[in-house]
Amino acid sequence: MEGGFGSDFGGSGSGKLDPGLIMEQVKVQIAVANAQELLQRMTDKCFRKCIGKPGGSLDNSEQSRAEPCAPPLPQKCIAMCMDRYMDAWNTVSRAYNSRLQRERANM
Amino acid sequence: MDSSSSSSAAGLGAVDPQLQHFIEVETQKQRFQQLVHQMTELCWCMDKPGPKLDSRAEACFVNCVERFIDTSQFILNRLEQTQKSKPVFSESLSD
Repeated sequence: MEGGFGSDFGGSGSGKLDPGLIMEQVKVQIAVANAQELLQRMTDKCFRKCIGKPGGSLDNSEQSRAEPCAPPLPQKCIAMCMDRYMDAWNTVSRAYNSRLQRERANM
Repeated sequence: MDSSSSSSAAGLGAVDPQLQHFIEVETQKQRFQQLVHQMTELCWCMDKPGPKLDSRAEACFVNCVERFIDTSQFILNRLEQTQKSKPVFSESLSD
């Protein structure tokens, strides 16, 4: 019997759910979801920064994303943007964590 | 079966307290992650990404995080206060 839980959460056909296995699988799924979120936001940000305003001879502000023929990908910009995004993410994560610790210490 | 106090694990019958604790911890971690994602985007302190995160941008991010939390707390506190004197949302929130 292939129940929704049995197949995904470590049921071995006997219908028993192994909590340890469930936890592992949930952790994996959470990690995947986080990676997807990060990827989506990073892509959005770097697209806007690197492609929304392409460099070149034309006036930057005139080149909107509505341009049918986008110039070739500015890979360097995107690569740097990705690295900076991760730096920023880590900075924010640290700052937020510190703030939480401080709040807890004050309680 | 007892330990039916968990609403988040409905369908699993008796909830393993270890599992329940796990769920609480992971939920909290997720809230943290979500906020980091949001603040990173909201607080974006760089016009064009450079070869490294300079100290001004870093300070800017840190400031933004602090101010965001301050704002969040302020809003919660004030809402709590105004709710006590004249409950505005009590009807709509109870849906």
